[in-house]
Amino acid sequence: MTAFLSVKDLFVRFSTEDGTVKAVDGLSFDLERGRTLGIVGESGSGKSVTSLSVLGLHDARSTEIRGEILLDGQELTGAPESVLEKLRGDKMAMIFQDSLTALSPYYTVGRQIAEPYRKHTGASKREARQRAVEMLEKVGIPNPSLRVDDYPHQFSGGMRQRAMIAMALVCDPELLIADEPTTALDVTVQAQILDLLKDLQQQTGSAIVLITHDLGVVANTVDELLVMYAGRAVERGSVREVLRAPQHPYTWGLLGSMPRLTSDVNEPLTPIPGTPPSLLAPPPGCPFHPRCAYTAEAGGEVCRTERPVLPPGRGAACHLSAERKRTVFNEQIKPRLG
Amino acid sequence: MLRFLARRTAGALVIILLISAITFFLFFALPSDPARMSCGKNCTADALAVIHKNLGLDQPVPVQYWHYMAGIFTGRDFSVGHCSAPCFGYSFSNQQPVWGTIVDRFPTTLSLTLGSAVVFLTVGVGFGMIAAAFQGRWPDKFFSSLSLIANSLQIYFVGIIALAVFVTGLHWMDNPAYYPITENPAKWFTGMLIPWLVLSIIFVANYTRMTRSQMVEQLSEDHVCTARAKGLGHRTVFFRYAWRGALAPIVTIFGIDLGSLFGGAIITEFTFSLHGLGRLAVDSVGQTDLPTLMAVMLISCAAIVVANIVVDAAYAFIDPRVRLA
Amino acid sequence: MTDKVSLPAPRDGSPGEPLLVAEGLTKHFPIMGGFPVKRRIGAVQAVDGVDLTVRAGESFGLVGESGCGKSTTGRLLTRLLEPTAGRISYRGEDITRAGRRQLAPIRSEIQMIFQDPYSSLNPRQTVGKIVSGPMEINGINPAGGREARVRELLDVVGLNPEHYNRFPHEFSGGQRQRIGVARALALEPKVIIADEPVSALDVSIQAQVVNLLGRLRREMGIAFLFIAHDLAVVRHFSQRVAVMYLGKIVEVGTREDIYGRPRHPYTHALLSAVPETHDADGTRRVGAPPGGSRGRIRLAGDVPSPVMPPSGCRFRTRCWKAQARCATEEPPLTRADGNTEGHLSACHFPEPPTVARNTEVILDPALRAAEDADGAGG
Repeated sequence: MTAFLSVKDLFVRFSTEDGTVKAVDGLSFDLERGRTLGIVGESGSGKSVTSLSVLGLHDARSTEIRGEILLDGQELTGAPESVLEKLRGDKMAMIFQDSLTALSPYYTVGRQIAEPYRKHTGASKREARQRAVEMLEKVGIPNPSLRVDDYPHQFSGGMRQRAMIAMALVCDPELLIADEPTTALDVTVQAQILDLLKDLQQQTGSAIVLITHDLGVVANTVDELLVMYAGRAVERGSVREVLRAPQHPYTWGLLGSMPRLTSDVNEPLTPIPGTPPSLLAPPPGCPFHPRCAYTAEAGGEVCRTERPVLPPGRGAACHLSAERKRTVFNEQIKPRLG
Repeated sequence: MLRFLARRTAGALVIILLISAITFFLFFALPSDPARMSCGKNCTADALAVIHKNLGLDQPVPVQYWHYMAGIFTGRDFSVGHCSAPCFGYSFSNQQPVWGTIVDRFPTTLSLTLGSAVVFLTVGVGFGMIAAAFQGRWPDKFFSSLSLIANSLQIYFVGIIALAVFVTGLHWMDNPAYYPITENPAKWFTGMLIPWLVLSIIFVANYTRMTRSQMVEQLSEDHVCTARAKGLGHRTVFFRYAWRGALAPIVTIFGIDLGSLFGGAIITEFTFSLHGLGRLAVDSVGQTDLPTLMAVMLISCAAIVVANIVVDAAYAFIDPRVRLA
Repeated sequence: MTDKVSLPAPRDGSPGEPLLVAEGLTKHFPIMGGFPVKRRIGAVQAVDGVDLTVRAGESFGLVGESGCGKSTTGRLLTRLLEPTAGRISYRGEDITRAGRRQLAPIRSEIQMIFQDPYSSLNPRQTVGKIVSGPMEINGINPAGGREARVRELLDVVGLNPEHYNRFPHEFSGGQRQRIGVARALALEPKVIIADEPVSALDVSIQAQVVNLLGRLRREMGIAFLFIAHDLAVVRHFSQRVAVMYLGKIVEVGTREDIYGRPRHPYTHALLSAVPETHDADGTRRVGAPPGGSRGRIRLAGDVPSPVMPPSGCRFRTRCWKAQARCATEEPPLTRADGNTEGHLSACHFPEPPTVARNTEVILDPALRAAEDADGAGG
């Protein structure tokens, strides 16, 4: 029995003028209905590329996608465009980061929401408009029957993001991918939107993939967490496990880099030295080894030559022994996190 | 929207007024004396003075300008006779009211420019969209190279070749000529076809390139990706989302191109011996027929300014951000 | 690595002395329109009567959401924008209307770091040229020459001095921000106005830059006006903090005041909205930071337009405590009962001085409806 969404050994490569970008390099994860998976990583980690591959939105001519993406048992990699078109917006939908550029400036908000509904349900123009008003109300737009005829630029940033959520949810998708849905928003609005997403999920029972760079955002929004670095998953587990007892040095680094409202202000942050690698020529072995402070403890050479495996379920792709990971975290990392 | 149009119209009137003043003063500050022109070879000082008086040239230039502008709306009396409104004066060369000649020539130029605009917009934008749809593949390369070649062609060169091949060589059609559309639409069409195509060539190239780049840019926009993520088909995304975004800049450039379209029309009229405004303008330069030249300038300026208002209105219609701002 | 480099000793100016002072600082951007003649038809009230003091050697944080006027305030203080009203003084000298000549010596002491490390560096200049630019403009010739000084500065900000002749595009985002910092340091400033200096950077790089700025403050005695929307970063970096909302400071105090005993409802709402990794304890409703439970505060809608800000208290349209008085009477920024010296807030009905809450405030109608439905469903 496979999961509702099952990604196995996904490879995504782009050919560019400078060479081949290994954007996603052997990624696997499962997600069940009603659950939320958080994918966390910095720019260039491959998290957004993954989401676009699930929907099949990459330009087929410059992108090479290998591996399996099974949605409810149906293979999506290599599926014909006609099949994907029927699924997109209906069974699987997506919320993008920047609602200002992601909504067309030329059509009313109502029309853009109604469009996929008409396409997928065959509803009449009037029914679809009615549905758009309903959705706008559901996501908290005041005066929805008036605002439905507004253009995106007449909405504030938070309202636009709500409209985008309404658009994504209009056909009650079973899978919702939210790519940095709140990054462009103010903190108070972000809190509103995250709670709203979570509440709507309770009603619809859909599966959500939440992609973000912010560990704080996933903390009380997702169930499982996947940490990505340089196109690979480096750590996986329940959000509680990963944030309470992280096992990968990169996750330690991320947590140490983030100031929080309760940390000791007299202690400097503990950043990860160096910069993320180029995906044109990722380092051999563990992609994190050039920035890792624990390669010596893990055996040195093995980090540079051998690619660590991410075990299924809870775990991290790191050559440190499980025992060592626990002691290093408890003794060296945890005290600094406050 | 009405306010926007009102503001643009007011602005346009100011522009036309400015242009008229500048051209008028330039013309009458020129060293050539228009009276001497109409006086002819056996001119005496007395005769010259009479002509001066008849033409009102003995008055200061600002007064002359005032009479000229007032005449457009109320008509004027010259010694040769009454010139009823709209009066643009008497031609020096044929002693007829200029307005009559203009009315005579205007339809030719209008047919030529409008027809050619229709041709280059449909063909240029069409080619550009095909090139964008097949980005990087052979139709793209084909139309892109085609536009490069067309871009390096000149009207008089292509015009003469077209005449030699289609008229003289193949006898496919008669010499280009203007027939009023109201009398014989078929003849009007065949008579103008070659001039349309020839005048379009330089523009087609530009519009192909511009449409292609605009479409390529629009296709990489986030909102196009969103449209695809909603499950909309390729065709819907291409024509409804990307095309709509590419339209606005094309319309803007079209507004800017109107001036050069008239310039191209002058050459085209010359090449095909069409009796339009462009031809009239060139002829009156040769004959120092200032009133005619002045009238052609004013009317073509007014036409371009009016067309620009239409273009702006169209732009506002296309882009709600402009309309509602 | 970079921490081993020795820094010049702090220069004159005893810590705590007021350096940069703004009083009643106001900036209204006119909105032009109308027919037939364009005229002023309104104003964006970007900054409206802001008082603040940046003291020598301290970091003063300015937080708030987009459109609250924090960046405009920064630009006013460096005189990149002309204030509509109010007074700016630097070390006691009124510089509100100072001309170029009078400003020249001061300009070198007040420097700015910008958010976007991509657009704030000239792509056609080498790093050496960029960093030495301010010295050239001001005709400063340090002992040992400009190039030596630039190399020293690159070293200070943690860049390889050998990269003197490289161009900005050869550097990553974090490194570019370091170049910006080196440029700001070139004139040995006493105050740096840092406008969202880390918000465009990845988390791991962000920490590197925050640590670098912290080191400059501690070891070189440079004061900072630190403008940011990230409350945790501001808390980490600044000793005193002001919270802005729609062009006004609604609360100001020490770090402990603002983050530990806030009084203004907006400060409470902001703090409650910060997503924290501590919240990952299984229950999604109430987090449990040290010091008590944290009831959620979820406001409704977005920040109103600064063109027509609400009457009276500007926060009242999103506030759960608003009463009739809030619409008519603007609350002054004063010391509320029980506040420490210097902890000022502008609210008629201040909250109790603690971040712990037992009750939730859910103003967002959609959220309330959805949660009622969830509750009813199970």
